[in-house]
Amino acid sequence: MAGLELLSDQGYRLDGRKATELRKFQARMGVFAQADGSAYLEQGNTKALAVVYGPHEVRGSRSRIRHDRAVINCQYSMATFSTAERKRRPHGDRKSTEMSLHLKQTFEAAVMTQLYPRSQIDIYVKILQSDGGNYSVCVNAATLAVIDAGIPMRDYVCACTVGFVDETPLADLCYAEEGGGVSSLALALLPRGGQIALLQMDARLHQDHLEALMEAAMTACKGVSKVLDQVVRQHLQEASVPSAE
Amino acid sequence: MLKSKTFVKKTRSGGVMKIVREHYLRDDIWCGSEVCTECKQESTALQRDPCMESNLCSYPHYVIPDTNVVLHQIDVLEDQVIRNVIILQTVLAEVRHRSAPIYKRLKDIVHEKEKNFYTFTNEHHRETFIEREPGESANDRNDRAIRVAATWYSEHLKKSESDTDPLKVVLLTNDQGNKQKAEESGLLVYKCEEYIKSLIGNPELVDRLALSNDDKNDITSSKVLFPEHLPLSRIQAGLKNGTFLQGTFRASRDNYLEATVFVQGEGEESTEVLIQGLQNLNRSVYQDVVAVQLLPRDQWVAPSSVVLQDEGAAKDDNEEEGEEEKELRVSAAEAARKPTGRVVGIIKRNWRPFCGMLNASIIKESTRHLFTPADRRIPRIRIETRQADALAGQRIMVAIDGWPKHSRYPNGHFVRTLGSAGDKETEQQVLLLEHDVPHQAFSQAVLSFLPTMPWEITPEVMVNREDLRSLTVCSVDPPGCTDIDDALHCRELDNGNLEGVHIADVSHFIRPGNAMDKEAANRGTTVYLCGKRIDMVPELLSSNLCSLRSNVERLAFSCIWEINHEAEILKTRFTKSVIKSKASLTYAEAQMRIDDTTQTDDITKNLRGLNKLAKILKKHRILKGALTLSSLEVRFHIDSETHDPIDLQTKELMETNSMVEEFMLLANISVAQKIFDEFPDCAMLRKHPAPPPSNYDILLKAAKSKAVEIHTDSAKALADSLDVARVDGFPYFNTLLRILATRCMMQAVYFCSGMDSDFHHYGLASPIYTHFTSPIRRYADIIVHRLLAVAIAADKTYPDLMDKQKQSALSNNLNYRHKMSQYAQRASVAFHTQLFFKSRGILNEEGFVLFVRKNAIIVLIPKFGLEGTVFFDSKTKAAPTVVFDEEGPSLTVEQHTFHIFDRVIVTISLDASNIQHQKIRMSLIEPVIPGVSVSAPEVAPLAKKPRLDR
Repeated sequence: MAGLELLSDQGYRLDGRKATELRKFQARMGVFAQADGSAYLEQGNTKALAVVYGPHEVRGSRSRIRHDRAVINCQYSMATFSTAERKRRPHGDRKSTEMSLHLKQTFEAAVMTQLYPRSQIDIYVKILQSDGGNYSVCVNAATLAVIDAGIPMRDYVCACTVGFVDETPLADLCYAEEGGGVSSLALALLPRGGQIALLQMDARLHQDHLEALMEAAMTACKGVSKVLDQVVRQHLQEASVPSAE
Repeated sequence: MLKSKTFVKKTRSGGVMKIVREHYLRDDIWCGSEVCTECKQESTALQRDPCMESNLCSYPHYVIPDTNVVLHQIDVLEDQVIRNVIILQTVLAEVRHRSAPIYKRLKDIVHEKEKNFYTFTNEHHRETFIEREPGESANDRNDRAIRVAATWYSEHLKKSESDTDPLKVVLLTNDQGNKQKAEESGLLVYKCEEYIKSLIGNPELVDRLALSNDDKNDITSSKVLFPEHLPLSRIQAGLKNGTFLQGTFRASRDNYLEATVFVQGEGEESTEVLIQGLQNLNRSVYQDVVAVQLLPRDQWVAPSSVVLQDEGAAKDDNEEEGEEEKELRVSAAEAARKPTGRVVGIIKRNWRPFCGMLNASIIKESTRHLFTPADRRIPRIRIETRQADALAGQRIMVAIDGWPKHSRYPNGHFVRTLGSAGDKETEQQVLLLEHDVPHQAFSQAVLSFLPTMPWEITPEVMVNREDLRSLTVCSVDPPGCTDIDDALHCRELDNGNLEGVHIADVSHFIRPGNAMDKEAANRGTTVYLCGKRIDMVPELLSSNLCSLRSNVERLAFSCIWEINHEAEILKTRFTKSVIKSKASLTYAEAQMRIDDTTQTDDITKNLRGLNKLAKILKKHRILKGALTLSSLEVRFHIDSETHDPIDLQTKELMETNSMVEEFMLLANISVAQKIFDEFPDCAMLRKHPAPPPSNYDILLKAAKSKAVEIHTDSAKALADSLDVARVDGFPYFNTLLRILATRCMMQAVYFCSGMDSDFHHYGLASPIYTHFTSPIRRYADIIVHRLLAVAIAADKTYPDLMDKQKQSALSNNLNYRHKMSQYAQRASVAFHTQLFFKSRGILNEEGFVLFVRKNAIIVLIPKFGLEGTVFFDSKTKAAPTVVFDEEGPSLTVEQHTFHIFDRVIVTISLDASNIQHQKIRMSLIEPVIPGVSVSAPEVAPLAKKPRLDR
């Protein structure tokens, strides 16, 4: 049985996108009143909810206090109903711990933590529906939530997964593409300066291809940042209209 | 960029999983027509005035075939006449799902610019996408999608109407229901046959049409000749509970009513099931995967030794068959009976296009003819053609379409002609096609990876490369060799000798994964036919840039040993290098230099040193138990103008042959050890398994008849006993014995070290072996080069190199190609031998009996290296009394008894009564047996060929 054809000769992918095209983006900021900041983001069929608390005093062990900056605490989880098969996902399993750690590293690089010494910022992200690119959707959602909380950042952190098929890099992979034996790479970028907040890849890829793949990932991240920027501006406009009246 | 914001969820339920996928619809998919002004396309595939003239459609039009038309009539679509076709994405996806080979062919057509095929991505187009309706089957949905797309096209082309005739689209389908619905929605729709037949001026295209199902009724009577094949579900159930066996069908070459099914068992256990009779064979064709059911034990039979060929006119009923089948059922000894079964169903057909010739029907006007394939294991095929007269005497290719149960022969259609039979070019092509040797010219994609000329060594190339240009390197090869892959040098050091073998660095030019690499991996090996070479890599590489020719700088991969005068290796080193060969010699030239004591130049000294060491190496090797086997190889002297063979000569072996061979063996062994140490899981090695003891039966019996004892306990024992086997007054005996021993051996094979544990090479008596020394003509060597380059950190790895599953699959392909190329080579020699005897007329020669069979002896003629069969029964004459003794083995004909190794004199002539299978006929002259032997015919004096004096 022939596997899926990830990229047709005409240059279309399984879902009809071209190689460099992103999935449909839909976002809302400020979805919860209780939290300091929150955002809901859909990238295609992957849907994530991000909530931010803080900055507030450090809770729990006092040894975690940093005197020069704020600590960032991230927690990643997946809803039981997020995949095709319903599955109980206990807290603290290996995969989500790793993902939490990655998110923490990403945001420590982007948030201006030195402005809030001896305090803590909590970022909670939940995947409601999973269809590939979980890490990048989480990062993008969390960025919106941090902005909603009014915490200063160096720049938007934009993330995107890219894969490599038939000598062509594909941007923003969906689940079918991730599972199709593609070596994929996740990149979180601060687009204005072009700094990389996080780069992760655990598949094999020949080093000759790495440059092309990185290039494609950067372009895709810059695309994401444009969309995020639009979302933030629109949200601000909506938020400012009632107060003006 | 415009991206449609509409999006639709597509749900696909397979088993219990529910998969949700996005499906984007776009409005930037263009129609691909030159006429269209609306679409903003950059390049167009469909022409402004499509020039397919048809009776049915006299207006310019594009064609849209549906899935079944593509699947069944791909031969027609491949024709140059058919152009301006729109292939819908729906069709492409369905074809991909249903048949991989046809999908590949379809893609090839689409890529061909002159064919003007356009792929329309209708499933992602906003206006042509449709959702499956409740209650609608997937097939119906796809049919509807095709109709919707066709409708869209006709509307779309109407809009962009220019001053000329409006373009139309024609839908081709063979499905009655689909056609009717299409007509209702106002589409132009035709059946494929109707349309093709209406094309003006292309009558031969009709022949290429495959017969569709509803056509076959008028071909045959309604009489059912074969039992029905079981449906796949029942076969699977039967396989599971053990009532059926699954295996590969192998028709017998000599008897069309007999076949075996090879059932692969667990591990080493595999069995063969015998099948006899047309009913039991049940429409299986050679190489099909079939399900068989064993017959009860009392119906088991023995394989018959009768030769039966399906000849004569077409038979439409089975009355004659009855007799022939009875003939088969000779009572056999209980012991000789084998498991016998019958085919109950076909699991997978393995049909390919077959080469062969047409037997024109006796009725002159008839359009139905039988086609006889060149391969005797393939049944004759019934085809329909109007050009039988033109095709008579031609080699043609035919594809099978199906084998209905009421037809004696499978139905097929004509694909193309190859040329007239007996013609050298044609026969060569037949030979290549029948042995599945890829021989097309290299595609543009492959050639694009060639280095640009003039090529020179740049500083980047010199990174990780040693400069050995100053060494006195030379190459020794057969005469006329242009692909020189190895060169040698030998230099006196202070402590001993420094030895080097230099192999062409092909892997420098062929980078992993590119089109050239893929092509080479598929070809696997260069095939040498008489007077023709089918290259594995393009000629620029094989005969120029990679070939280590003299006096030019070439890249090499060197294996350098430090060897003392006792030929013991002190140190081994591998490196990429640059060399400049000082001379390319032939074996004979090198031999002359060595023997000529007056020559004292560097090259000659080099050669002498090498030769001395090679002799010691050989001695060591033989002491360890390496076999020296013998097989006769012949060389043709080919006329330079007509390319006809003018003389035959067995190949001579010189000391220098074995000199080169010794060093190549040494290099291969050293490299094998190195890559295995470095990559125990994915080294590509070569092994030669020890033959099972039963293989030696013939050899032992034959030797015993001359009171010579042969030991076969180990390779060494065999080698030693072969060495001492001599019979007084029979100098050729030893060679004959070695030829027999060669026939007992197993095939050597490539394998991946991670997948096997037995590495031993029996023939060379080496615990490990690989192929390193001929990367120009063998792909395995390229892989070994890459592995070695990584091992010495001169190159990078790539994923496939380290994947043992992929390596293993690759070695299987290489083994297959290697075997096929050998068969092709043999067939080519046989064909040239025939040409030779055709020009020489009748010859009387001395020969030796090599085997004794039930009704024949097989005679070897050393002078020509030719083997032939002398039959003792014929259809015309009364058969002499023949007594066969299996123990001897000996055959008593009238009063004379033949043993193996007997000397006979035979007359050789060419039997051209069957144009397709011309053969060498031998008949006995001496010993004289009344009624059997023939009197020696006048040997035609060697016709003096008129030679042009120039």
